[in-house]
Amino acid sequence: MELEKKDAHVAHGHAEAHHESFWRRYVFSQDHKVIGLQYALTALVFLLTGFSLMLLMRWQMAFPDDAMPLIGGLFSEAAAPGGRMMPEFFNQLGAMHGTIMVFMAIVPLVVGAFGNYVVPLQIGAPDMAFPKLNMVSYWCFLPGGLLMLASFFLPGGAARSGWTSYPPLSVLEAGQTAWLFAMVLLITSSLLGSVNFIVTIVQLRARGLTFMRLPFFVWSQLVTSFLLLLAFPPLEAAAVLQLMDRLAGTSFFMPEGLVVSGQIQDYSGGGSPLLWQHLFWFLAHPEVYVLILPALGMVAEVIANNTRKPLWGYRALVYSVCFVGFMSFIVWAHHMFLTGMGTVISAFFQTTTMIISIPSVIIVTCLLLSLWGASLRFNTPMLFALAFLPMFGIGGLTGLPLGLAASDIHLHDTQYVIGHFHYVVAPGTIFAIFAGIYYWYPKVTGRRMNETLGKIHFWPSLLAMNGIFFPMLIQGLGGMSRRLYDGGKTYEFAADILVWNKVMTMSAFTLAAFQLVFIFNFFWSIKKGKKVGANPWNATTLEWTDAPSPPIAHGNFPKPPQVFRTAYEYSVPGQPQDFKPQSQEA
Amino acid sequence: MSVAIPYTTDPRPDTGLYNAKLGVWLFLASEVMLFGALFSSYILLRTSAPEWPAGSEILDVPVAFVNTLVLIASSVTMVMSWASLKMNDFGKYRLYMGLTILCAFGFLGIKAYEYGTKFSHHLYPAESTFLGIYFVLTGLHGLHVIGGLIVNSYLWGPGAKMWKTEPDRFANRIEVAGLYWHFVDLVWIFLFPVLYLL
Repeated sequence: MELEKKDAHVAHGHAEAHHESFWRRYVFSQDHKVIGLQYALTALVFLLTGFSLMLLMRWQMAFPDDAMPLIGGLFSEAAAPGGRMMPEFFNQLGAMHGTIMVFMAIVPLVVGAFGNYVVPLQIGAPDMAFPKLNMVSYWCFLPGGLLMLASFFLPGGAARSGWTSYPPLSVLEAGQTAWLFAMVLLITSSLLGSVNFIVTIVQLRARGLTFMRLPFFVWSQLVTSFLLLLAFPPLEAAAVLQLMDRLAGTSFFMPEGLVVSGQIQDYSGGGSPLLWQHLFWFLAHPEVYVLILPALGMVAEVIANNTRKPLWGYRALVYSVCFVGFMSFIVWAHHMFLTGMGTVISAFFQTTTMIISIPSVIIVTCLLLSLWGASLRFNTPMLFALAFLPMFGIGGLTGLPLGLAASDIHLHDTQYVIGHFHYVVAPGTIFAIFAGIYYWYPKVTGRRMNETLGKIHFWPSLLAMNGIFFPMLIQGLGGMSRRLYDGGKTYEFAADILVWNKVMTMSAFTLAAFQLVFIFNFFWSIKKGKKVGANPWNATTLEWTDAPSPPIAHGNFPKPPQVFRTAYEYSVPGQPQDFKPQSQEA
Repeated sequence: MSVAIPYTTDPRPDTGLYNAKLGVWLFLASEVMLFGALFSSYILLRTSAPEWPAGSEILDVPVAFVNTLVLIASSVTMVMSWASLKMNDFGKYRLYMGLTILCAFGFLGIKAYEYGTKFSHHLYPAESTFLGIYFVLTGLHGLHVIGGLIVNSYLWGPGAKMWKTEPDRFANRIEVAGLYWHFVDLVWIFLFPVLYLL
């Protein structure tokens, strides 16, 4: 009876969708698909913005003596007099690049966009469990993001204490108050989203869709939501404390007798700068897994589909992703080995860090072994997914020396850290995002993106990514510090590795150039892409087999799906076709 | 316009929960992390401080004790209001929910009086780390009380119309609001000894 009721409502919803006003339909929509697309487009714009900030910084690091070409005149006198960047402006760009990329681009893309659009479809739900909350979540995200960007135009400029906002610097410098308020909005958005995702996945799974039949992408979203739910509130607490330090004159993070530029600061003292670092990294380490787990989920979907084989070790993948999620809460202080917090604590966090690498390796190994003996389909999503594996591999392996307290002494705060982290997130997560975009694009638009343009996008991007990030590892091993406004020019020891700055900058501009191909392909294919049916990839999961492309507004499925088997039954012997949909009756 | 989402009122058989109940428990889990982080900060700041004042010498223990009783009473009336709905007595629901709202106002009034006396003695957050964390913890808790007050007032007034159309769903809403209200109460039960007595 429950199903009949749902049926009636779905049909009802379909008929009524045509009478919605423009505002209800596209702006304050409660349809998870529209909200997913809102997140996607907004976050892609933020991604491009964050990348552009980095291009300015890369110019400065490679050519510290030269004015910025073409656009140099556009900046204010305070930021870049005569087109030559001031150190303060460089610091603002650095802090905002990190903040924008992590909190406003990657997380909203992998969770807000892909999670929102794909999860309800993959579990056979008509929508998210709380559609209104979903809408509110987006409308907290957008003002938060805009406030963050607008802070560039405040007197004194944007936050400039790095995305980590370490006090005392962050309490003293301009721009930080806007950063904190914007973060509170972004945190609220994530919080509402994560509650919604967990309830949706637990409560709205289709009939027969048990947990062990869930597509791996849904599992990765479930674990990610728990990380967002439990890790973000401590940052909110920390943000409140830092706001108090800035606005009410408390000294939670301010030590006694702090002297700045020869002046003793007027704080009651007794605070601990280290406390901020603990609270911040308690969020920010799980946050790293928020960036990578959904990416692993997307890659798993694309790989299973294009190997035409079941994922190798589905259960191992699921248990590993849960274990990673749990462990990610007790590794945070490996970011703090050099703070003098003590060798005992360092030893503890070094051990947990080594432990968390085990399930991460299991996940990558499972994905790699899934390729064994398959006849691969090398379409664009698959190329990005395949490139993800070694890139994420390099990112992960270069993390080991950072996780060991002894070797971290040499590498801490060098370009090596930047190289390591970006290998995980740029050719890692962002490639997974590209794989996801090329893969699910037909579901959203009913058309495929152009394959040739996709390959023109892929190969140079892969080369350019390595051209940017591999030299960072070299420079970092050479001892080059991160956050150097002149790119290290004034340091004698860096003379031999300075040349890499130019290589990285050239690669970054190359990368930018070939993203234009993607942007063109993205918009051109909406109207001109090759028309395809509901299931162009011959996939097994519900979003392809049971919903039209695009899925029905408000309700998704013509009739509520029912599930009979596990998620990836490809190439089952004795079957007429090489895939067996989850919803196909035995 | 929106689709009918399953399990908004009736529990899903295999999980035994309706959506909002799971949702509020998850939300409370995140709230535990929020206040947990602040309590941990309190511990870290206190253990690393060379000296730490005794809370009872600065803060007004009897007044806070009365406030504790007010808040506990409001939790009792909150349960009674939900139980009244389950027993189909809407009049009693109105009464008990009204009492809950009054208690919340009472709590906030007493808290405002406490803040007022602190300010009149020039005891501001910037004075010391103890007062800083006192104002942050009680202030954030106060904001949670105000949030609960707004929700409860809505459910007492305009929101109660749902009783006529969907009584089960309305009772669920009271249950969910109650879970949140008990949590706010519980936070105070921790705050009171930590700040005033220890």
